[in-house]
Amino acid sequence: MATIIVEVMLKPEILDPQGQAVASALPRLGFNFAKAVRQGKRFEIEVDGQPTPAQMEQVQDAAHKLLSNPVIETYVIRVEK
Amino acid sequence: MAFRVGVVTFPGSLDDRDAARAVEMAGGTAVPLFHASDDLKEVDAVVLPGGFSYGDYLRCGAIARFAPIMESIIVAAEHGFPVLGICNGFQVLCESHLLPGALTRNQGLHFLCRDQKLKIENTNTFWTSGFSQGQEIVIPLKNGEGSFQCDDETLNMLESEGRIIARYVDFDPNGSRNLIAGISNARGNVVGLMPHPEHAIESLTGPSQDGLIFFTSALKQLVGR
Repeated sequence: MATIIVEVMLKPEILDPQGQAVASALPRLGFNFAKAVRQGKRFEIEVDGQPTPAQMEQVQDAAHKLLSNPVIETYVIRVEK
Repeated sequence: MAFRVGVVTFPGSLDDRDAARAVEMAGGTAVPLFHASDDLKEVDAVVLPGGFSYGDYLRCGAIARFAPIMESIIVAAEHGFPVLGICNGFQVLCESHLLPGALTRNQGLHFLCRDQKLKIENTNTFWTSGFSQGQEIVIPLKNGEGSFQCDDETLNMLESEGRIIARYVDFDPNGSRNLIAGISNARGNVVGLMPHPEHAIESLTGPSQDGLIFFTSALKQLVGR
């Protein structure tokens, strides 16, 4: 069994008020390392065996059509064993 | 015979009954449409109401876009069928790519619920023809993810083609680009609006009766066809 990871992030030019809220909360807890924070989504998709190139193509299609909104987001896909 | 305006109910829709009531008050016949059926029941136009379809899971409107009823609506809208999306309905229209751009989390992160002043900027659409150019109206705004975002190219296109149908007046409540409260497609049959006209149709319960004009505009357009 393998896990396909799809990570979705807002494009850099899209305002991320959630990330900004996290960035401003960190110093209040004494964490002063963060210059900026962006918040995103992570999908873990379990599949039987190693995904075939055809399956990966389908995942790419799904990431484009459903898991992300290409108007405001980008995604990266990778496989973990 | 009264014209038939469909109002779609998704799981999690909230304002479908108010939208149906607005249709009836404008002189039309409201026809309930259900997300799980692709049957448009021979309606003349459709309203996608506000609420939290499918719990707003994944992104607002992202899952509603794939409902059977939306497949019929998307095909029809591309051929000139009139569609008004309010709030969550606007989000569904953007996710369906019937309208450009996307609605994202309000800049201040708070859920907003207020009477909002708007300026009508385009009276040439199916849903805004009853307004006068530049008319200022007050209708409720209530959303958590109402910040209209798009790239510069899309923004320039919307501005140059006059497709911004309404803007927020005085200040930007949610971080929307260029104060955008509502837009239309190129043909003017599809309109998305973040504030809620269906909550401003009677003086007893709304801040004004301005919202009714969206619905009477549509019915007058149908008569003229």
